[in-house]
Amino acid sequence: MKLTTALCGATALATMAATGAFADGHATTITIATVNNGDMITMQSLMGDFNEKHPDINVEWVTLEENVLRQNLTTDISTGGGAYDVLTIGTYEVPIWGNNGWLVSLNDLPAEYEVDDLIPAIRGGLSVDGELYAAPFYGESSFTMYRTDLMEAAGLEMPEAPTWEFIREAAAAMTDRDNEINGICARGKAGWGENMALLTAMSNSFGARWFDEDWQAQFDSEAWSNTLNFYLDMMEESGPAGAANNGFNENLTLFQQGKCGIWIDATSAGQFVVNDDSTVADQVGFALAPDTGLGKRGNWLWAWSLAIPTSSQNQDAAKTFINWATGPEYSALVAEAKGWVAVPPGTRTSLYENDNYLNAAPFAAMTVESMGTADPTNPTVDPVPYTGVQFVAIPEFAGIATQVGQQFASALAGQQTAEEALANAQELTLDEMDAAGY
Amino acid sequence: MATAHSKSAARWMIAPAVFVLLVWMLVPLCMTLYFSFADYRPLRGTFEPWIGFDNYVRFFSSSAFLSAVGTTLWMVTGILSITIIGGVLMALLLDRPIFGQGIVRILVIAPFFVMPTVSALVWKNMFFNVDNGLFSYLFKGLGMQPYDFLSQAPLFSIVVIVAWQWLPFATLILLTAVQSLDSEQLEASEMDGAPALSRFRFIILPHLSRAITVVILIQTIFLLSIFAEIFVTTNGAFGTRTLTYLVYQRVLESQNVGLGSAGGIVAVILANIIAIFLMRIVGKNLDS
Amino acid sequence: MARAITTKQKMMWTVLAWAFGLLMFFPILWTFLTSFKTESTAIADPPVWFFFDWTLENYTAVQERSNYPKALMNSIIISVGSTILGILIAVPAAWSMAFVPGKRTKDVLLWMLSTKMLPAVGVLYPLVLLAKWLGVMDSRILLVVVLMLINLPIIVWMLYTYFKEIPGEILEASRMDGADLRSEILYVLTPMALPGIASTVLLNIILAWNEAFWTILLTTVNAAPLTAFIASFSAPEGLFYAKLSAASMMAIAPILIMGWFSQKQLVRGLTFGAVK
Repeated sequence: MKLTTALCGATALATMAATGAFADGHATTITIATVNNGDMITMQSLMGDFNEKHPDINVEWVTLEENVLRQNLTTDISTGGGAYDVLTIGTYEVPIWGNNGWLVSLNDLPAEYEVDDLIPAIRGGLSVDGELYAAPFYGESSFTMYRTDLMEAAGLEMPEAPTWEFIREAAAAMTDRDNEINGICARGKAGWGENMALLTAMSNSFGARWFDEDWQAQFDSEAWSNTLNFYLDMMEESGPAGAANNGFNENLTLFQQGKCGIWIDATSAGQFVVNDDSTVADQVGFALAPDTGLGKRGNWLWAWSLAIPTSSQNQDAAKTFINWATGPEYSALVAEAKGWVAVPPGTRTSLYENDNYLNAAPFAAMTVESMGTADPTNPTVDPVPYTGVQFVAIPEFAGIATQVGQQFASALAGQQTAEEALANAQELTLDEMDAAGY
Repeated sequence: MATAHSKSAARWMIAPAVFVLLVWMLVPLCMTLYFSFADYRPLRGTFEPWIGFDNYVRFFSSSAFLSAVGTTLWMVTGILSITIIGGVLMALLLDRPIFGQGIVRILVIAPFFVMPTVSALVWKNMFFNVDNGLFSYLFKGLGMQPYDFLSQAPLFSIVVIVAWQWLPFATLILLTAVQSLDSEQLEASEMDGAPALSRFRFIILPHLSRAITVVILIQTIFLLSIFAEIFVTTNGAFGTRTLTYLVYQRVLESQNVGLGSAGGIVAVILANIIAIFLMRIVGKNLDS
Repeated sequence: MARAITTKQKMMWTVLAWAFGLLMFFPILWTFLTSFKTESTAIADPPVWFFFDWTLENYTAVQERSNYPKALMNSIIISVGSTILGILIAVPAAWSMAFVPGKRTKDVLLWMLSTKMLPAVGVLYPLVLLAKWLGVMDSRILLVVVLMLINLPIIVWMLYTYFKEIPGEILEASRMDGADLRSEILYVLTPMALPGIASTVLLNIILAWNEAFWTILLTTVNAAPLTAFIASFSAPEGLFYAKLSAASMMAIAPILIMGWFSQKQLVRGLTFGAVK
C-alpha cells in the first residue's frame, strides 16, 4: 500500500531529525530575541566576527515581528521564564521592566565599552536611578524627509525647521495623484508604536497631552481635536490611498519607489532612503520635524536596546555579546562590511564626530540635532505626570494606545469622524485607567 | 451483540482519551477560572487572588464586548455561507465527467494546505495592498480607482481570506456526498423531464443536508477561534475585533490577565452554547 | 454512468471547472512566481507573469537569515509526532464507541468535541505556567502533547464516523468463527479501517503543521517550527515581496506536496459521517 510507505517515510524522517539534534559541544549557548529590521539583519550577517573572537559562545536567534516579540518576552519574563538571554526592547519597556527588577544592571560593563560616549538623552532613557538597564543598539528621533526635486518643481524651499502649516501646503503642492505622487506619507496603521508614535509626538507640538497632572485623560481637549483634524485633513488632501494600513515599512517602500513627496518618520530611515534600494536616493533632503510655534517639535526619541533578563542563566556570556554588539568597535566593523552609511545610528556621540560617517550620511546632522531636541522628561507644552515623548511610560500604555490607535486609524479610513474617534478614545482610556487603579 | 466482557473492555479502551481530554480541559480551565476572579497584572507585579466579579462586570460593560460578539457572528456566518454555497457548486462541478478531473481537484484543494499566517500575509501584501497589490493593478487596468480593501471593507477581506482556505474542505466533504447520490434516482427524475433546478432542489439538496450540517459543525469549531488572519491583516482595527481577538488584547496587549481570563471564560461559555445548539442538530442527524 | 453526455457539454464543464480550479490555485501560483523575481520585478507595474529573469537570490537570502532545516525538522516531528500519539489514543476510543455503544456514547463524543471550543488565548497563561513548572517550555514534546490534545477530538470524531460505516455483521461472523477480541481487531477490523485511519492521519498532520498560535507562543529556538519561521518574515523593512514569497513557499511546499501525493487517501475517509 502506497500510504504505508509514505507513513513509514515520515516516521523515519522524524527519527532522523531527533537523532540529528544533538550536535553542539560544550560551548555556552545564548538565545537572543530580536526584531526583524535592517540593522538587526546586518548584525546577524556579521556574526562571523563574534564567533571568531568568542568561539566558546554559541548564539541562537529568535527573530519575530515586533508585537509578537514583545508579547512573547513579556509572557516569558512575567512567568519567570528564562528562555532568553538577550532581549531587544525599547525605551518604553526598559524603565518599566527595570523597575520591576526584571533586568540585569549593566553598570559593570568594562571600561573599553566607553559608556560615557553614549548620547546622554538615550542613556538617560535606559537608566533607572542611575543604573543602566540596557545598551542602545541604535537610537532614533523623527524628522522630515522630502524630495528635493519635487520641492523645486513646486517652487518651494524647505526650511530647516518647518511648521506643520508649511508641510501641509508643500505636500498639497507636490501631490500629483495621476502620477502616483503623494505629497505626504505618514504612519496610519493602528498600533502604539505605529500611528500613535507619530500622533503622540505630533500632539506634543500642538500643545496636547495624554494626561493632565491628575492622570485624567485629555482626548476631549481642543489641542487633541486640532491635532487629529489637522492630521486627517492633511492626509486626505495629500496622503496615499490606503494610508490607514501604512506603518513604517509600508511608507518606506512607498518613499523608495518615489511615491512620496514628504515623509515624516524615524531618523533611522535616513540610511534606507539613500541606499541602493531607493529609486530616489539622490533627491532626498532632510529637515527637523514640524512644529506650530508652541515650543515643542513633533519629534520622538527611541532606542532599540539590548538587555539581559535576571532569569537568564548565562548572564556573563550575554554581557560579552552586548559588549560586542553595542561597543565602540562595532561601528567600524559595519563600516568595513557595508559602508559607513549603514552603521547603526544614534547611540554614540563619537559617531557624529567621525568625518567618514558625516561624509557618507547626509542625514547625520539632522539626526543628531533632532535627538538633541527631544526631551522625554519634559515632553509637552503643559505639565504632565509622565515621562516619554511618543509614549507614556506606564505599563498600561501599550494596551490603551493600541486601542486608541485603532480609533484614529478608522477615522483615517473614513469610517468615523475625528470627533467620534476622540470621544471613543477618551471613553476607553478613562475605562482602562480606571481598571488600572488611577 | 455486545457481551459483558467486550463492554468492560470497551470502557477501558475509551478511558485514555477521556482522561487526557478531561485533564486538558479541567486543569487550564480551572486556572483560568481562578485568574478570572483575581486582579492579576504581571507588568505591575500585581496579584490579588480575590476581587469578586469585578473582571466580569468590566468585561461585560465595556462597549467592546457586544461589538466583538457581533463581529464574530458576522465573520463566521459570512465564511460559512461562502464556503457552503461555493462548496456545493464546486462539488457538483467536480462530479461532472470533465477532462483532467484529477488535476482540477488538486488545484482546488491546494489552499487547504496553506498555513493561515502565510495565506494572510500573501493576501494582504500581494492582493489587497493598495499600492502594489494585484487587485489595484486590476482596478487600474479597468480604469477604476484602486480600492483599499483592508480599511474600506475589512470584514469582507478577512472573510475572503478565510473562505479561500476553507472552501476546499467544504468541497471535499460535499463532493463525497454528491458522489454517493443514487444515480438511478437522478436518472429517473431526468426521464420524468424534471428541470435541473428542481432536481437540485428536491433531490440533491436534501441528500446533501447531512453533509452540510457536518461542514457547518466542523468549520464553526475552527472559525470561532480565527486568530492569525486578523492579527496579520488588520490587527483588530476597523471593526474586525472578534471575541477571541478581544480576549487576546486583554491578556497579551494590555497584560491584564485577570480581565482577559474573565473574557476567556465568557468566550468558552458562549462557544459552548453555540456548540450544544449545533451538536443537537448533528447528533440527531447521526442517529438516522 | 449511463447519463448521456455530449462532447460539447463535456468541454463546457471542463472549461468552467478549470477556470474555478485555477482561480483557487492562483494565489499560490502567484506567490510561487514572485518568489523567483527580484524585489523590483515583484512590484512592477504592470505585473510581470512568466518572462523575467528567474533568480534564486530570495531563497538564498531567506536561507542565510534563518535556520530553515531546523524549523522544517521541528514541523515534521511535531506534526507527525502529535498525530501518531493522537491516533494511539483515539483508535481504541473510537473503536469502542462505534462497536460497543453505550447509553452515554453520544454524550461523550459531543463533550469531546466541545473541548475544542476552548479559546486558546484564554488558557495561555495557565499553560505557560504549567510548562514552566514542568520544565518543558520550548520542547518538542510539549508541542507534540499540546497539538495532540487540541486535535484529539477531531481525530476521535473522524475515526468514529468511519468505523461506524463498517458493517457489524462482519464482526459477528468473525466471532462465530471463534475469533477473540485481539484477533478481531487485528485481522478483521484493521484492514477495513486502514483507509479511514490513513485519512485521519493525513488531515491531522495538515492541521498540526498549520497551527500557528501555540507553536509560536510556546517555542523560542529549540522547538520552533515553520510557523515561527514565517512569523520572522512578516514585517521586514522596505521592499520585501519576493523574499516574503520565497519564505512562504519554503513554509508550505512540504505539506503541499505531501497533500497532493496523498489526496486520494485524504479524501477517502474525509466524510465525518456526512454520507449515509
